[in-house]
Amino acid sequence: MPDPGGEPALAERRAIVRDGIGVGIATGVYGVSFGAVSVAAGLSIVQTCVLSLAMFTGASQFAFVGVAAAGGAPLSGAVTALMLGTRNTLYGLKLAPLLGFRGWRRPVLAQVVIDESTAMSVTRDSRTAARIGFVTTGVAVFVLWNLFTFVGAVAGNLIGDPRQYGLDAAVGAAFLALLWPRLSDPRNRIIALCAAAVALGVVPVTAAGVPVLVAGGVALLAGILTRSADDPTEIPR
Amino acid sequence: MLWTALLSASIGCYLLKLAGVSLPARVLEHPLVERIADLIPVALLAALVAVQVFASGTRLTIDARAAGLAVAAVLLVFRAPFLGVVCGAALTAALLRLVFPG
Repeated sequence: MPDPGGEPALAERRAIVRDGIGVGIATGVYGVSFGAVSVAAGLSIVQTCVLSLAMFTGASQFAFVGVAAAGGAPLSGAVTALMLGTRNTLYGLKLAPLLGFRGWRRPVLAQVVIDESTAMSVTRDSRTAARIGFVTTGVAVFVLWNLFTFVGAVAGNLIGDPRQYGLDAAVGAAFLALLWPRLSDPRNRIIALCAAAVALGVVPVTAAGVPVLVAGGVALLAGILTRSADDPTEIPR
Repeated sequence: MLWTALLSASIGCYLLKLAGVSLPARVLEHPLVERIADLIPVALLAALVAVQVFASGTRLTIDARAAGLAVAAVLLVFRAPFLGVVCGAALTAALLRLVFPG
């Protein structure tokens, strides 16, 4: 084990790069499902690709196109996407002192602060190892996610009625898969059930997209009312 | 309208990331901020699952999507990869609609 701040051996560097690329492939490939779901929701191929390039954070992207698919106001989709994007701020706060990026690198690498790149760097025991994990995972996911988004968007455009292929069911499954790692915490299971119930409760009386924002209020309320000492540094997956 | 929302949300998401790597870490030290920030993804993702599967416009319905979600949950219990979960749900809904059209 190298000392904190010590230099990782060549073999360790190679292993970190290999793991990062592996995570990049696994994550990038599901860009196909995002691309297909997005064009099924009525976005163009260009809009779909711009989302993956510029927004580049999976849950927010799925949320944005999910609201569009339900016929909601684009603004509701945008607000939901931003609320989901706040977790990247937390990741950044934890990563900044660990990675110590300065100058031009900071604004450039900020774009690849996501679940996967954070998970692949916060566990390292030296700055060099954390940087290698962060950069390889972040860049690999970025390149492959965008490539496969394009593939999925083109394929999704060719197949016709998306319901015939169950693509509407795929969106719910995608959100469940993103939520799943967080459900190991019993408190989160209760919050999830409350939020789902509240959202469904307001579906009949609000426009599409609004129920999800109302459910976000459950998180605010629960945060104010509970006083647990859970570790917020926990990264899913 | 869609482009405006798309671009402003994208820029906003980037600024949220940039704020994280630029702000001093003590911002996070407020326990209320920590807790709420931790709970927001849970609440939003759960609401998105519910609305995507059980809502049709402003009506609540149970259709082929619910079966897809059930299959997705089973696949997740068995630690299937993301793409397997999504494809399993889509395939289930597609097959149900093929067998029971309308």
